[in-house]
Amino acid sequence: MANIPATAAGIADAVQSKEVSATEVVEHHLNVIAQRDGDINAFNLVTSEHARAAALRIDNAIASGAAVGPLAGVPIAIKDNMCTRGIPTTCSSHILEGWKPPYDATVITTLGAAGAVMVGKTNLDEFAMGSSTENSAFGPTRNPLDTSRVPGGSSGGSAAAVAAGLAPVSLGSDTGGSIRQPAALCGVVGVKPTYGRVSRYGLVAFASSLDQIGPFATTVDDAALITEVIAGHDPKDSTSIPQPVPSLRAAAREGVQGMRIGRVTDLPEGAEPEVAARLNEAFAALESVGARIVDVTLPSLSYALTAYYLIAPAEASSNLARYDGVRYGMRTSAADTNAMYGATRAAGFGDEVKRRIMLGTYALSAGYYDAYYGKALKVRRLISDDFDRAYAQADVVLMPTSPMVAFPFGDKVDDPMSMYLCDIYTIPTNLAGHPAMSVPFGTGAHGLPVGVQVLAPALGEVAMFRVGGALEAAGAAR
Amino acid sequence: MSTLLPEGWELICGLEVHVELATKTKLFSGSPNRFGDEPNTNIDPVTLGLPGALPVLNEQAVELAMRIGLALNCTIQPCTFHRKNYFYPDMPKAYQISQYDQPLNIDGFLDLPSGVRIGVERAHLEEDTGKSTHIGGATGRIHGSEYSLIDFNRAGVPLVEIVSRPDIRSAEDARQYVAELRAILLAIGASDAKMEEGSMRCDANVSVHRVGTPFGTRCEIKNVNSIRALGRAIEYEARRQYDVIDSGGTIRQETRHWDDAEGRTHTLRTKEDADDYRYFLEPDLVPLVPSDEWISRVRANVPMLPAARRTRLADATGADVQGEAVSVIVERGQDDYVLSVGEVGGDVARGLVYVQQAFSEEPSTPRIPAKDIAALTLMERDSKVTSTQAKTVLADIVANGGGDPAAIAAAKGFEAIDTSEVEGFVDQAIAADPDAWAKFCNGEQKAMGALVGLVMKASKGKADGKVVTAILNSRRG
Repeated sequence: MANIPATAAGIADAVQSKEVSATEVVEHHLNVIAQRDGDINAFNLVTSEHARAAALRIDNAIASGAAVGPLAGVPIAIKDNMCTRGIPTTCSSHILEGWKPPYDATVITTLGAAGAVMVGKTNLDEFAMGSSTENSAFGPTRNPLDTSRVPGGSSGGSAAAVAAGLAPVSLGSDTGGSIRQPAALCGVVGVKPTYGRVSRYGLVAFASSLDQIGPFATTVDDAALITEVIAGHDPKDSTSIPQPVPSLRAAAREGVQGMRIGRVTDLPEGAEPEVAARLNEAFAALESVGARIVDVTLPSLSYALTAYYLIAPAEASSNLARYDGVRYGMRTSAADTNAMYGATRAAGFGDEVKRRIMLGTYALSAGYYDAYYGKALKVRRLISDDFDRAYAQADVVLMPTSPMVAFPFGDKVDDPMSMYLCDIYTIPTNLAGHPAMSVPFGTGAHGLPVGVQVLAPALGEVAMFRVGGALEAAGAAR
Repeated sequence: MSTLLPEGWELICGLEVHVELATKTKLFSGSPNRFGDEPNTNIDPVTLGLPGALPVLNEQAVELAMRIGLALNCTIQPCTFHRKNYFYPDMPKAYQISQYDQPLNIDGFLDLPSGVRIGVERAHLEEDTGKSTHIGGATGRIHGSEYSLIDFNRAGVPLVEIVSRPDIRSAEDARQYVAELRAILLAIGASDAKMEEGSMRCDANVSVHRVGTPFGTRCEIKNVNSIRALGRAIEYEARRQYDVIDSGGTIRQETRHWDDAEGRTHTLRTKEDADDYRYFLEPDLVPLVPSDEWISRVRANVPMLPAARRTRLADATGADVQGEAVSVIVERGQDDYVLSVGEVGGDVARGLVYVQQAFSEEPSTPRIPAKDIAALTLMERDSKVTSTQAKTVLADIVANGGGDPAAIAAAKGFEAIDTSEVEGFVDQAIAADPDAWAKFCNGEQKAMGALVGLVMKASKGKADGKVVTAILNSRRG
């Protein structure tokens, strides 16, 4: 078999210049999946037939001289909470088992038009609620770097698929860190674009005001390439931003000369010492290539986790109410309609989903709304104000992505609070609606990867990718 | 049971009227908004609340809602959408997208034909649910039924909920309010407002109190499916509440169901089992901020409203502004046509009578040329035909979609007879029945009928009754 490039950009070039065929590329990745995914369990479903047919269409188009898109022949894994027409979409929940959406999410349509080839639907914490992928109804995904450890979550399947070479790139969704945290734990690049940059149409909602789709990749360039393709205004999503998408691949090569990098002096504590050390080295590395470090404060950040665990469950309690057994998915029969709702939802949802539905229902209840949900919205405003002040002084802010490296199975799954703390550094960005990315930067305990997180203001993807690109280059030079 | 409250007691009523907007598509999706189609054909991922589907606000629905607001003298303001959460099988997302604390239209009013002004608190946009049909069981409701069928064609159809202030003091006011509101909605093309098809639905909040004391506890009456039923339900409920209070009881705040066949209301649910809707801002939509320019454009498209049209028609014809003729013609939308009869030189007062009598099957812009009607009004005014003959000619014109009334009258042998000829017939009548003439002269008005009958017989119906009456009266002196 021909030599298959490791990156999406390399594959697209090789396919378009006919060095390899899209079919060879997809067969290669289906082979790797067959060999490795038994151990990893990154995929809920491998869509071999669909992938082979798509690759063949690309090859035929190239043979006939027709124009193909910028991702021609690039295999991509899709988190199993994005709707794919005629292909099961489960959210790793029993309640949606067997459901086949009658329509494609906008990102699926866009990727297809760009020539990307979906190879499968990846595992996640049920309805994207979790930080370890242990909450999947179909069993956990294992970290390819140490299969006794979690890959992070909730997009653990998509992170692991890229880390293990099952696909060069993948899509995840990030509500409180669900792309960045598993990217950090699996040693790959993960990007959460600005809220509204990428259409949410067809992304099964967890918390609508926080959810955002973004890519996993092995390189910052690939992450930029995928972001450029999937970003852009979508009239089907009212919260989609009608702004053109700048060239992010160019930004990633631009360097950071003269940029102001924010260091948060009142960052909530809790990061492992090695993680803190890598962050300090990242500042030094950026300074050495021409950036300036400026101190900023984000005093409301310590309230972010609490606010998030009111807002996200509140929205989830409403978003997940539609799984009632009436129209699709699982139904557990009972004496009357109300009993059927209860029985279906009791059998269909896992513990973490139930916990958040109850939290959210309570937070929105008459008599409690002001004390909980209302107050959380005020905190959200304060956090945005904090960021606005910080970005008046700095172009980007650097933080750890995850306080810890990949942890063993069972370490946190029975203690929700310790699991929730995994997202302490990622949640604030979601509350503000800003973009952020995680870039691998050295290793921590047990030689496991550490991610450094680059945060930028709304629509600040160019600045974010400039710094991301520089961090990647500095990490490679170490 | 008497429907009247005793002296010193007063009925307080506010109405919540839901109207389906006459848009091409649904409030948040591109599926057709069409009544009567095969069940579950006007559906899509958004309508069915499929996972991942997102709402996109329909601009035409916003325009029609603004039109309603402007017609009801409301202020249009920047507004937001909320989710109202509750489980029901015909509610696909298990929440309804509605407007909560920031509705599109606020603080308006509606003037009843009687002159009473009813405040309009708000008129907001929301989506309709699907329609359930419960099969088996005694009540036709979900409880106790064997199974249920759901048609999602109606789910997502745009509604405007118009909430009045508690300014209504009688069943008659309530009926007038709904009738006038319906006339406005039809005139501005916002809705077909058919209560029997459910495109206009009305809930009544009713309480009673002793005048000068605070308002009593209210009950909400649902399932009122006609304007007539609305009046009956309000009167029944007011009397029921008075009787409860009079016998030492207290009114519980509750929702009550109107049973039109039994003519009574009964408890549907009490306040204690009311759902907690957990309203919160709909994160899938952005705030709606109508620009001044947009509001002006919509305002320019609001046509003349029924009240102004009734005044205009009454002024032109001399008819009573609150009379049946004026309200019927405006409701049919034929007032412009009546006025056009005057514009082409006809007698507009007679035109009003003709159109009311003969045009109930005609569209709002009748097919018949106004000049034909105008010519006939002049023939009657000038006594070239009698009013009876005019009716016959009118029927002929309507049946044939127009025609020259002079030619039709001639063809039917309705030649004109002049007053001197009628005088001759009157002479003959007095001669033929001197008794009747004597009684008539003694002031027995009834005797006139016999004399008129004789004139008509002698003239073979060609004499104008009004002319005959005038001659008889003048002869009597």
